[in-house]
Amino acid sequence: MEQLIAKLKSEIIEVLNLSELSPDEIDENAPLFVEGLGLDSIDALELIVLLEKNYGLKLGTAEEGKKVLRSVRSMAEFIRENNKG
Amino acid sequence: MNENPAITGYCLIHDRQVVLSGDLLFTSNEKQPGAFFTEVYKNYSLNYPKFYKMDNLCKLGFLASEFLLKDKEITTRYSGEDVGIILYNAASSLDTDRNHQQSIQDRLAYFPSPSVFVYTLANIVIGEISIRHKIFGEGTFFVEEHFNPALMHEYVSRLFNDEIVQCCITGWVELNENNYHGALYLIEKTSPGKEGIAIFEPQIIEDIYLQRR
Repeated sequence: MEQLIAKLKSEIIEVLNLSELSPDEIDENAPLFVEGLGLDSIDALELIVLLEKNYGLKLGTAEEGKKVLRSVRSMAEFIRENNKG
Repeated sequence: MNENPAITGYCLIHDRQVVLSGDLLFTSNEKQPGAFFTEVYKNYSLNYPKFYKMDNLCKLGFLASEFLLKDKEITTRYSGEDVGIILYNAASSLDTDRNHQQSIQDRLAYFPSPSVFVYTLANIVIGEISIRHKIFGEGTFFVEEHFNPALMHEYVSRLFNDEIVQCCITGWVELNENNYHGALYLIEKTSPGKEGIAIFEPQIIEDIYLQRR
């Protein structure tokens, strides 16, 4: 799990152009939106593309999206539970 | 005393240089526009993390506006509604359009990037500058074949004459692959003859653009 979280942090930095941050500076338990990294709606779309492109996973509903994209850890848990590849 | 629109400042970003109202502020050996813009951003500790998310066209416009508006206090001297941004270029958002096209080229690996797609309009530069400086006035982005100081002068003068703006950021923000040329001018109504003020007319707009002044 910790390995997946570390990988996810690097991928998030890359796709969201957060080059001023290092993976260690991202708290995997902190909210990704508003607080924490202060991401916006375009970033949310980018994270959805990341899940599909890198892990072959699609979010079913907006409610599921809110739950999955809450933090790096919740994203990692979603990947671990659904990525059987 | 009559006050007319005049050039109260300008910023040029071109050929690895940043020039503010005639003073060379920064120079570099970096040839890649994106890397050069980041170098400028870091050198001046501009502290606006959204910069990293912008495409190169927006970075160019953003940086030029940062220098142009520094210490000008336009947000305290004018209402945001009275400040306009009128920009021009030739390549529109072609540089980012190309990036977007590449991301959708392969139908089997079709992953368009939302954060690239949002920059596939040249007028997003106006949005980025407006957000940064709380500007809510007239905003128009013209795509012209060449730098056209006569059109720039005519359109902006009309905005002043019709009292649509009290202050205007105007200029050329061009970027296509490794070629870039930013020339932003701050236009305000002021008395003629004041120090550091240039007459707002096509020949002077062009002289500044070509660094003949």
